Amino acid sequence: MSEVESASPTPSPPTQEAGPVLTSRAGGVLTITLNRPDKLNAFNADLHKGLTAALREARADDIRAVVITGAGRGFCVGQDLTEFRDAPDDIADRLRTSYHPNILAIRSLEKPVIAAVNGAAAGAGLSLACACDVRIAADSATFVPAFINIGLIPDSGGSFFIHRLLGNARAFEWMASGRRLTAARAHAWGLVNEVVDDEELSSRVAEVAATFASLPTRGIGMTKRLFDGVGSRTLEEQLELEAQLQSAATKTADFREGVAAFLEKRDPGFTGS
Amino acid sequence: MERDGPIAVVLLNRPKQLNALSTELMDELASALKELDADEEIRAIVIGGSERAFAAGADIDELSRATPIDLLYQRRMENWEVIRNLWTPLIAAVSGYCLGGGCELALACDIVIASETAQLGQPETNLGIIPGAGGTQRWARVAGKAVAMDVILSGRFLSAREALAAGLVSRVVAKEAWLDEAKRVARAIAAKGPVGIRLAKDAVDRAYESPLALGLEYERRALYLAFASEDAKEGLNAFLEKRPAQFRGR
Repeated sequence: MSEVESASPTPSPPTQEAGPVLTSRAGGVLTITLNRPDKLNAFNADLHKGLTAALREARADDIRAVVITGAGRGFCVGQDLTEFRDAPDDIADRLRTSYHPNILAIRSLEKPVIAAVNGAAAGAGLSLACACDVRIAADSATFVPAFINIGLIPDSGGSFFIHRLLGNARAFEWMASGRRLTAARAHAWGLVNEVVDDEELSSRVAEVAATFASLPTRGIGMTKRLFDGVGSRTLEEQLELEAQLQSAATKTADFREGVAAFLEKRDPGFTGS
Repeated sequence: MERDGPIAVVLLNRPKQLNALSTELMDELASALKELDADEEIRAIVIGGSERAFAAGADIDELSRATPIDLLYQRRMENWEVIRNLWTPLIAAVSGYCLGGGCELALACDIVIASETAQLGQPETNLGIIPGAGGTQRWARVAGKAVAMDVILSGRFLSAREALAAGLVSRVVAKEAWLDEAKRVARAIAAKGPVGIRLAKDAVDRAYESPLALGLEYERRALYLAFASEDAKEGLNAFLEKRPAQFRGR
């Protein structure tokens, strides 16, 4: 077995009294917990700010994998509609200033981001889950478009990520119908990478995150970048980008370690640099 | 400043100020470029900052303390004229922030290679002033009125891809390759006949100063001059003899 920093004990459940977004570290894994459990972690101004701060924390070089999850029964059910009703400023500005920076931050983090979908993921909460690199869902988790049910369109990147994950046929039918998807169906469709029993979610996610955190982070980050734009690049452009990034990859310490470990017939110890 | 065979690399080095173009920096830059331009062995020059920033603008602190007469006496335009009058091809390796005077510096170069993180803009109007080092003229000529007005009046930044589409930048690369690619282009240029390269650069530059008829004549005379060089004979013969050309810059 590789001499990796051992997987952490699963983080203890956060409390409502603490902030709207909590972070905890275990080895190279940062867990971000949306913490408004009695509102099923619905987005309000404070939650956005908390998430922004947590994603900034995730940029540290010693964080090599990120988990996003929700406190309580739900993962995240999207915009808090009471806030919406009380302060109905222009939704476009709200999206630009509150939602978009966090979505963009998740994509620009050059390390794996895992959504541990512990419960309902609806509306912008669904978009948030789909913005992550990997989704691991609890058996009882559900995936709900929610937007169309109040006459809205899939925002916060939902239209982009869900289309990319499911293809046009399923994406359109599902988002336009507003129907709820079980975790099993989401898995069958490829929306979710893995489904586990509810009680197993924390430990399975911790295991997956720890594995990611033990691998060459720079290589993972560059792989993420390669895949992200592939839809808009030609083959020639993609090949050229591969050449540029591979050149950079060979200059990493983890490349040297990987090759040395292979030649010396031992397990590698990657540092993420 | 570093020489590497037939190319030279000049890196702006005020990282804490994101390479804000102070008078001191511009004086040093102009003097370095003049020195390199005078060296016939240097066939292409790369200018860059860092992966994080090419140059984020003029030195605001300096500007806020300057009077108009100070600015006149600093003879700022002379430094910019030095850049404009170089006969060695100048390649800007732009990564990260390329704003205000920094963007004008990139636009004054012959070729701009941008990393995917490059952000180009002219935010001078945010400060109540205007781009004064060629930005208004070059954006309008290169990117056209629509883009020039949007960028200069609204202060928005263009991404690398947008800059490519607008014609400000000719290649976009991964951020890790920001300097390597520019050096690659510089070496490719340095490997060609220097007489032809210098005349070609001059002819393209002339397109901005002349009506088409005059520009075409200028180009033709430059061609005849190129033909008079030994390099031209060598280049053409090498092609016919299917061998690499050995240019000597004569």
